This record gives sequence, C-alpha cells and structure tokens, in this order.
Amino acid sequence: MSEAAVEKALDQKMNTVPLKMIGKDVSVYYGEKRALFDVNLDIRENTVTALIGPSGCGKSTFLRTLNRMNDTIENCRVTGRITLDEDDIYDSSIDVVELRARVGMVFQKPNPFPKSIYENVSYGPRIHGLARTKADFDEIVETSLQKAGLWNEVKDRLQEPGTGLSGGQQQRLCIARAVAVSPEVILMDEPCSALDPIATAKVEELIHELRANFTIVIVTHSMQQAARVSQRTAMFHLGNLVEENDTDKMFTNPDDQRTQDYIMGRFG
Amino acid sequence: MSHPHITTAFDEELKYLTRRISEMGGLAEQMVADSVRALVNSDLALAQKVISDDAILDEAERQIGEKAIVTIAKRQPMAADLREIMGSIRIAADLERVGDLGKNTAKRVIAVAGSGIPRKLARGLEHLAELALVQLKEVLDVYASRSPEKAKSIRERDEEIDAIYTSLFRELLTYMMEDPRNITPCTHLLFCAKNIERIGDHATNIAETIYYMATGAQPQGERPKDDTTSTLGSVTD
Repeated sequence: MSEAAVEKALDQKMNTVPLKMIGKDVSVYYGEKRALFDVNLDIRENTVTALIGPSGCGKSTFLRTLNRMNDTIENCRVTGRITLDEDDIYDSSIDVVELRARVGMVFQKPNPFPKSIYENVSYGPRIHGLARTKADFDEIVETSLQKAGLWNEVKDRLQEPGTGLSGGQQQRLCIARAVAVSPEVILMDEPCSALDPIATAKVEELIHELRANFTIVIVTHSMQQAARVSQRTAMFHLGNLVEENDTDKMFTNPDDQRTQDYIMGRFG
Repeated sequence: MSHPHITTAFDEELKYLTRRISEMGGLAEQMVADSVRALVNSDLALAQKVISDDAILDEAERQIGEKAIVTIAKRQPMAADLREIMGSIRIAADLERVGDLGKNTAKRVIAVAGSGIPRKLARGLEHLAELALVQLKEVLDVYASRSPEKAKSIRERDEEIDAIYTSLFRELLTYMMEDPRNITPCTHLLFCAKNIERIGDHATNIAETIYYMATGAQPQGERPKDDTTSTLGSVTD
C-alpha cells in the first residue's frame, strides 16, 4: 500500500477505532492537593492523542497515570479506573514492571543510560526476557533502531556510549529503547522540548510512522506540534479535561471557549 | 467576545487587517455608485476617476495579502484567528473584484455616451445598482459586527438582484430586436447590468466568508438563485 493509501485507511478507521485505554473518573491527589478532577478520557488504538493545556493543568499528571509513573511519587493517590484493553491497571494483580513494558514512556529530556548504544536498546528486552541468544538481541537492537530512524546513523558505532550522541539522536535512542520491548502504548512527555527544529521534525516524522504499530499519547506545549502529529487532542485546564476532539476540529473551530483562548494565545 | 492576545502586537495586526478591509469596502462602494452615475449621466470625468481609483483598490488588496502572509508566518494563528486572517484574504479579493466590475462599467461609459440611453433602461440599471449597493453596504456593516445571523440573511437576499437582472436582460433584448442600431449600446448596457449583478454575488460571497469567520462552519443549504438568463433563448420563450 502506498503511504497515501495507508493514511486514508487509517483515517477511515478513525471513527471505528477500538479503544486501547479507557480512563474513567480519574482523579489524582498529591497529599491534600487535588491535581485531577474526574477525568474521563479514552485513548484510541493506533492513534496519536495529544494532551495540551497550560502549565499545571494536569496533562502530565494524567499521562503518568497511564503507566502508573505516579506510584513513584510519595503521597500521590489515584482514584477512578484506568483500563488497558480489558485490564484494570490499578488492580492489585497487575505487575507494574510488566505494565510499563506494555505502556512505555519517553521523557522530556533524553536520558540514555551511561552505557553503549547497543546496551541502551538491549537492556529492556533482557530484563523482560524477550530474547536469549546474541542473534536475537542483535535483531531487536537493529529493528528497534530502524523503527526509531536511527540505525543508519549509529550502525557502525553501536558500542560507543549513548550519551555521546547529539540531543536529537539521544531522544531517538530513547524511543528505540521504548520500542525494543514491543510496547502497545508509548507515552511521550514533551519529547521535543529540548530539541532543535530539525531534530524535532525527525521525532515528529517518527511519531507519524510509529502510529501504524503503536498507540501514542503525547504531552506537548507546542500547539503546532499537537496539530501536526496528533489525530485526537485533549485540552486540560486546572485539573479538568475541558475538551476532547478531532485534532482538525480542535485547531480550527474548538467547542470550548477555554480551548479557544488557550490555543489562540489569549488572556483567559 | 474573545479576550485580547497575550502579545498585543498580534491584536494590532488583526486590527490592521480589519481597518484596511473596511477602507477597501468604502472605496469599492464609492466606485460602484460613481460608475453607475457616470453611465446614466454620461459623465466621462467621473468615469475616468473610477478607472484610476481601481489602482488604489488593487494596491490595498496586495497589502492586505502581504500582511496576512506575514502574520500567519509570525504568529501561526489558530482557530478563530486563523479564520479571521483567511477571511481577510478572501474578502479583500472579493472587494478587489467589485472594484474591477465598477471600473469595467466606467470604461463602457465612453462607448454608451451620446447614444441616448432610454430613460426606462437607465432607471432599471439604477435600481439594480441601488440594490447591489445596499447589499454591499450591509455586508460591510455585518463585517464590522461579525453577526452570523445577519450574514446569513444577506446571503438569502441575493435573489432580488437576480430577478431584476433577468428582467433587464429581457428588456435589452427587446430594444435590440426593435432597431439593430441599438445593438452596440445595449450590449454594453447588458455587460454593465451583468457587472452590477456580479457585485451582488461578491457581496453574497463576503457574507458567507463572514459567517465562516464567526462560526467556523459553512452556511448550510443552496444559495437562492433567480438569475435565469443563462437559459433564456429569446424574448418569446
């Protein structure tokens, strides 16, 4: 299928796409302070969902509930229900390590391990027991780096430290690392905020390609980026989800006045 | 009403576009009124003024287009802001065309002058022009108020202009059949009538653009059409 045909098929599928994750009445408390108020947001499969809103609106908090990254924060309490496929991810039977293999994450600042490029990518598959032989690992490393659009740039120096790469390459290495454990969902928390425009464009192109195989949720402060990479957009404000819509609609004619003011850069 | 932008320079740029569009509208209106007056009174000096004024309108459209492009590049506008800027480009183009139509009518003044336009025909043209001018004036008022309801009602009124144009068309054909010497002036008048009728269409376009700017949606339903001249074969049909 040509790229245009793939695009069209994906768009047609949009309205009937199955839901990969369902957030129901999700609230988050940091001690006494409530950071999220009964958020109901569904994440569609093979779709890029962008979370936008002013600083402190709860978008990153919501993102982190999706793979229980909030568990690492003391005093943080999550109520409501979040499911991945049919599984309640806050159920006591859920293994958090396994959950985070299914729902991977890429952070704001590229954070490769202080190890070789090869080690960075093969680490996840090794701890999750996804490969045994050297050949298996080699294959995972190569395909992951290829999916992250980094293979051609690093194939001759896989043993060099990951920290020696440029910022944009490091971020793509982190994406390769996330992809290596074959997750179903990839969470990205402002993945391009530390990158220059060219590295940003490469990561955006990558997000576009990854959509075919993964479900992606991205938090971004750049409205243009949200408009470029996502198919669905959710707008948060003061811990509330104020609007969720098709991205095309959201940036041309949003329903909510707060969304309107925010994306147009007006005083709210 | 929306809040002002955090960057006030952005508000200034949008205000600039609004102000220039209003100026263009005023000038276009004046040109159309003058062109018809020049035609009816065989006033060659006035016709000449309309022809030279068109350059001002063309220049204004170019400047609005440039400002819009620069604003888009600098601000990357979203939602209502983006619609506002795109709307400005479209409305400026419509107004520029209105000016061209006025200019075209003015050019024909020389050809028609001296051939003695029958009073009745002149009245018909004046009436058509009055309606088109009212339409244009109202649409410019709606541009200032951005009322989608009013924009919609203007769009629905183009019908009247079309109906008068059709009857003028028939009348001109009658004159031509009566006396072949009428053919040259009547053909010019026919073009003038068509020009004026087109102005109504541009006013309607502008109304639709304003509706889109205000709501983000296209007005629903077909535009009413009463211009049946494209199927008129002869006066006896």
